Formats: sequence, structure tokens, C-alpha cells
Amino acid sequence: MSLDTPLDATAEARRQIEICNACRYCEGFCAVFPAMTRQKSFADGDLTQLANLCHNCRGCYYSCQYTEPHEFALNIPAALAEVRVQSWERLSRPRALAKVFQTQGVAMAVLAVVALAWFMWALAWLKPAGGAGFYAHLSHTLLVSVFVPVFLLPLVVIAASLRAYWREIGGGRVRLAHLLTALGQAARMTNLSGGHGEGCNFENGDRYTDRRRVFHQLMLYGFLLCFAATASGTLMHYLLDWSAPYGVLTPPKLLGLPGGVMMVIGAVGLAALKLRADPALGAARVWGGEMAFILLLATVALTGLALFAATGTGLVGALLALHLASVMVLFLLMPYSKMVHGFFRLAALVAEAGKPRPVSGGE
Amino acid sequence: MTDLSATYDLAVVGGGNAALCAAITAAEAGARVLILEGAPKSYRGGNSRHTRNFRCMHRGPMDPLIGSYEEDEYIHDLMLVTKGKTDESLARLAIRSSEECLPWMKAHGVRFQPSLSGTLSLGRTNAFFLGGGKALVNAYYNTAQDLGVTVLYNAQVRHVHRDGDRISHLEAEIAGQPVTVNARAFVLASGGFQADLDWLARAWGPAARNFLIRGTPYNRGVVLRDMLDQGADSVGDPTQCHAVAIDGRAPQYDGGIVTRLDCVPFSIVVNKHCQRFHDEGEDVWPKRYAIWGRLVAAQPDQVGYALIDAKSIDLFMPSVFPPVKSDTLEGLAEQMGLDPQALRGTVDAFNAACRPGRFHPTELDGVATEGLATPKTNWARPLDTPPFYGYQLRPGVTFTYLGLRVDAHAQVHTAEGPIRNLWAAGEIMAGSILGQGYLAGFGMTIGTVFGRIAGKEAAAHVA
Repeated sequence: MSLDTPLDATAEARRQIEICNACRYCEGFCAVFPAMTRQKSFADGDLTQLANLCHNCRGCYYSCQYTEPHEFALNIPAALAEVRVQSWERLSRPRALAKVFQTQGVAMAVLAVVALAWFMWALAWLKPAGGAGFYAHLSHTLLVSVFVPVFLLPLVVIAASLRAYWREIGGGRVRLAHLLTALGQAARMTNLSGGHGEGCNFENGDRYTDRRRVFHQLMLYGFLLCFAATASGTLMHYLLDWSAPYGVLTPPKLLGLPGGVMMVIGAVGLAALKLRADPALGAARVWGGEMAFILLLATVALTGLALFAATGTGLVGALLALHLASVMVLFLLMPYSKMVHGFFRLAALVAEAGKPRPVSGGE
Repeated sequence: MTDLSATYDLAVVGGGNAALCAAITAAEAGARVLILEGAPKSYRGGNSRHTRNFRCMHRGPMDPLIGSYEEDEYIHDLMLVTKGKTDESLARLAIRSSEECLPWMKAHGVRFQPSLSGTLSLGRTNAFFLGGGKALVNAYYNTAQDLGVTVLYNAQVRHVHRDGDRISHLEAEIAGQPVTVNARAFVLASGGFQADLDWLARAWGPAARNFLIRGTPYNRGVVLRDMLDQGADSVGDPTQCHAVAIDGRAPQYDGGIVTRLDCVPFSIVVNKHCQRFHDEGEDVWPKRYAIWGRLVAAQPDQVGYALIDAKSIDLFMPSVFPPVKSDTLEGLAEQMGLDPQALRGTVDAFNAACRPGRFHPTELDGVATEGLATPKTNWARPLDTPPFYGYQLRPGVTFTYLGLRVDAHAQVHTAEGPIRNLWAAGEIMAGSILGQGYLAGFGMTIGTVFGRIAGKEAAAHVA
């Protein structure tokens, strides 16, 4: 089975999955292996679904009898990672943006500089007459008119991507139970537990550690807290007519401060793990884009915390520009950066929850 | 390069399950241990890499095992497959000790999972390793490393130097350089000789050159040969090996589990002359797969052809290579290098001998042929629904039976008595217990039990 001609990523994943499906030793690690036992042959959409179900824990790689130098040359984490990234690129519109930003950390940095320049310009030329706190620098109206489209348009793009995904994988009717199952799995990150609860093989060779799961969940929950902080501020503004700045004992700060700290710890941890992990067991070509995305999240959180710390000082203006620019890039690139993995992963978990439980294949 | 001028307490020859169990046990007892693994790191672990479970006695449910599997039933199962070719006291020792091995394995890093799909029949008797045998091997190497055990890869032992009733040193080649390895005690856990095709051909006959080797290419029996040449007591039939029928397109070595084919009960199997040669439906596949290696080995050119039709293609585990496929029998014959006319004749005769009945793929359904010299006694349905599929079958050797005779302390003997500082564990001595046939997961039981015994005895010897 040596590869004389280069295969495209889907064909290579199919070759590897068909070998896996005749072995099945890895069934206990995650959802991917039980899912593949439903079939003997795999359409492109089946592989897209398996790829998005894979959390890149790498347990199957280190346990595999057929990794190189064996002639079967299996590397399931890398094969599925490539199919996964390609699916995000293929199913987003416009595709070119995804291709650039998934791969190129530099592109993200350039966009950040552009956004920053714009905010500096806005600070200088659109300074409002009145307003308190950072509304003294940029008016509430301006912020809303910029960030509402910046937040909503990418979500529309992602919704269209997920629709295309659902069609490609042949997803069925979604029931509440499927959603709850998927959310439960995402909330506990069960697919990174290794099946034995000791975690995955990400950064320490064939030894299991829970670090990736811990840092990822610090990031996830930190992000959700920060998002809740912003949402609570919005509600307070419109429903209670209670404008920023908010004191320390108000929902935006009570949620945002711990959220920001969690995001910073999560980002530092994830970046450190990524530096130690073997790039050959992932989609190596998007390493730069992924790392830039982690740094972007760290920047969003750090500048947000710094902005709070700098309250009342002369640094607020510059920090505000930095923070808003990084948030803007994060939002704008939701469909085109690693951020999109969360949406696809959840969709894959929902789709899997909607399928019949895998049954035995014979012997 | 590790400094070998230091004398280790224990040198373990081999790097699979039995070797690791011995090394870990001895290191925990305080011994300074060296492992000499003949393979490079990427292929470490011998045939343990390819294993997947451990047959374990248990008197009640014991995670992940359900129900109970007591000594009497276990020994009965062993007697059935070996037809009595076993040392019953050693066999009972392995069986009884297996129960305490499971918690020991967990405590040393091995993780288990519920019975794999397609193997529900083993859920009571066999504990499956999460991730398979290589995950077990990885866990043991990590444990050994944490205990300070030194591991050398590409370390091939050429000679075990015997001085009367003691072993004085080993002569090895480490990464191509000759090295003398001194130690105070030695454990041999370097497997059988099944990867040495010349030896197999001498033992079995020239037909063995057409055999595929399912496991590691590194089990060449060098240490076993050396010990036998020095008069070590041997056990097991030197001419026999355990072979199953596997996909004929499998690699020469190391194809492992994926090269199995489970289609035989739903097939007709012919030789290169398109003649059937055995009842394909004799019994359920888990009870019959082990005889087909031998059956195919007895055919001309050591090859068989399993043929099925569209009715049966989804009744068995997926194969690693897709089957040959054709809309006509003649087309299938041509693709597989068989004579279309002859195959047509055999299939027509078979189809005519099939009788109606209620086909049931998972139980003995009694749907049998009538009037054939070689009947098919279950699952006999005419081969008549295109497309037709075919797999080439070849014998795939799993292990050899010839080994070193050991006592209940895993100690190696010569005619003059025990060698005081030499023990053996794993496939190299498994013939003491498994003289014939095979019982799924029992090789790992023997390796674990005797590896631990050898490690304990060796550590006590040097303490």
C-alpha cells in the first residue's frame, strides 16, 4: 500500500480509516472510532464528519501498530486534521479568506494593525463631546454601529457554513436531546479524556496528561464569561438605562475579570503546549494561523484587563484602541480562523448524537 | 551510548510484555535493571504490540470483565485447544495468578476498555487493552523509565555465555557494535523464532517460505537457538507453528490484526485448482479461524481463495484491503488467476448441493449441502448473486511452539539441573503451557505471570 502518487487529503484519510476500521483497537479513546464502525466504505461527507469529530488527542497515534516506519504509515490525527481544516476552508464564504487566515498568522497580524490604525484614527478624529469612562474616548453610538455588524455578519457566514456542513455530512433532524448530549460532551470535553479520564497524548509523547483539556476549558469558560460580561453590560445599558463605566461589584466586572484572567492563563498554557507538541501529528500547514489565533485571544484578554487596571489614567485611550482592535479582529475572523472549530465541532457532536449507536460488525 | 562497564543486577533480553513485567518487578524490588530490546524504538515490544487482550480468571465481576471465569472453566478451555498438550501444574499456576495480574497491570499504567465491537463473545473472559498492545507496551516502558530501568534499543543479544550452572555475561550487538553485557542475573524474554523463515523452512518444510509472518520481524529466535545449542531443556514441537488464514496481500511481516479475514463461514474456499478442501461451515468462526492457516498451508502453493457473493459481503468485519470484485464468476476467476471453467464447475456443483433452510449468520443454522464429498454443514447458500467477491488466503504465522522448559519459578534448566541465575518468560517458554492450539489472550497471560515471577526470582537472587 505504498503511495506512488500523492493523494488528496480526503483520499488519504479514507485509506487510513479503512485500515483502522479493520483493527478497532482504539475504540475506547474517543467518539471517532465507534462512529467509523457503522460503515465499511466512507463517502467524502463521512470523512468530513469523522474529521470534525476528532479532537486531535493523538491517543490513537501513539497506540498504533501501523505508524511509520510501518508500510501502512498511519497518522490518523494528522490525516483527519487536514481534512478538518480543508472542510472549514471549503465550506466558508469567501473561501479565499479562510485559506489565508487559517494558514497565515502574519495575515492576522496585518489585519490587527489595520484595525488598530482605524481605531487610533477614530480616537483622534471622532472624539465625542461628552461621555464617561471609555465613552469619553469613543461614543456608545459609534461602538454599537461598528461592532454590531462586525459581530453579526461573521455569524451569518458561519450559519451558512454549518448549513453546508450539515448537507455534506447528511445530518439528520436535530432534536433537543442531541443538542444536550453534544453540549454536555463539549462542556466536559469528554473526547479529550482519553477514555480513561487521564487526558490525552498532546504534548508529552505517549504519556497521558490533562493539561490540554484544562487549558482549553479555562479558555472556553473564560471566553464565555467575558462574552456574558459584555452581554450583561448591553442589557444593563438598554433595559436598565445603566451606562458604563461599571463598578467592580457589577455583573460586567464580576464576570469579565475572572473571565479575562482565565483566558490569559488558558492562552499561555495552550501556546506552551503547542510549542511542545509534535506538529507532524496535526495540520502542520496551519500551525502559524493556529498559534496566531491563541495569541489573539491572549491579546483580547490582556488588553481588556489592562484597560480595567488603567481606569482613570492617560493610558485608557491607547489601550482602548488596542483592545477594540483585537476584539474586532477576533469577531471578523470567526468564520476564517481556528475560532470556527468550535462551531463545526459542536455540529459534529450533534450529528453523532443523532445517529444510532454503533453496533458490532461481526467476527 | 550507555556505559555498560557498570554491572547491572539484572539484564533482561527482549522488550515485550514479559520482559517489561520482569524488569518492572525486579526494579521495584530494588534491582538495577537493563533491558536489551533488539528492535528500534519504533518497533519495540515484540509481538505484544499486536496483542489486544489478557485472558483473566476472576471469581466475580472485575472491571472491565463481566460475570466470572473460574479456574475449572479456564483450564477446561485450555485443555480443549491444547488437547492435553500442556504442563497442567504450570498452566494452573498461570491461570490462578492471572487474577492478581489485572490489578497489577492497572497499577503499572495499563488501561482497559470494554470488549471491542465484534468480540462480545470475549467480554467475560478477556480484558481488552485500551488502544491495544502497543498502548500497554508504552505504559510499561514509561513505568520502567520512572523506576530507573535502563533501556537499550537495537540491542541484539547473540550469545548467552554459560559457565556451568551460571550465566556469566551476554554477547550482544548494540547499534552494530559488539558489546559484552555483565549482570548478576538474566531473564530471557526474547520471543519465538517465527520471523526466521529459514528456520521455519527447516522445521516445517520448504512450503514455509510462502508463509506470511503476522508479527514482528525481530523474533528470530537467536537466543532460543543459542540456549538449545548449549543444552537447555526444551519443550514444544519444534516443527510446529500457530498459523491462521489471512489476507494473501498482507505484508511479509507485521501485518498484525488487520490482515485477518472473517469471511470463511460465508464463503466457499477453493485451492488454486478450484477445488474445495474443507467444510467452511464446520463451526462458528471464533472456534475455527485457527485451523485454516494449517488447511491453506497444506494446499498447493500454500494459497486458498475465499469466494462470496453480494448476499454475504456485509456479514463480517471489514477487510484491510478491498476484495476483488466482479459481476461474473468467470470475471472473478480471471482477476484472481483461477481457471474460469474449473471454478464454474465447482460453484455449479456446490450450488446444486445447497438445500433451502433458514439462514442465520450468527448461529449454527444447519443450512447444509447434500451429497458433496466435502460438505458445507452450516451457512451453505448458493453463490449466485452478483457482484461476486474474492479474497486470496495465505497462512499467517502467529507464533512457534518450541521453547525453553521452565519450572514454577520460571527458571531455565539443563540436563544437569537449574541454571542458577537464568529465568525465562513469555513466548520463549510458552510452549511449556501451550503445546498446541491457541486460546485468545493466553499468550499475554503467560507473559505477564511468568514475567513477574522471573523478575521477582531474579531480584531475590541478587538481593
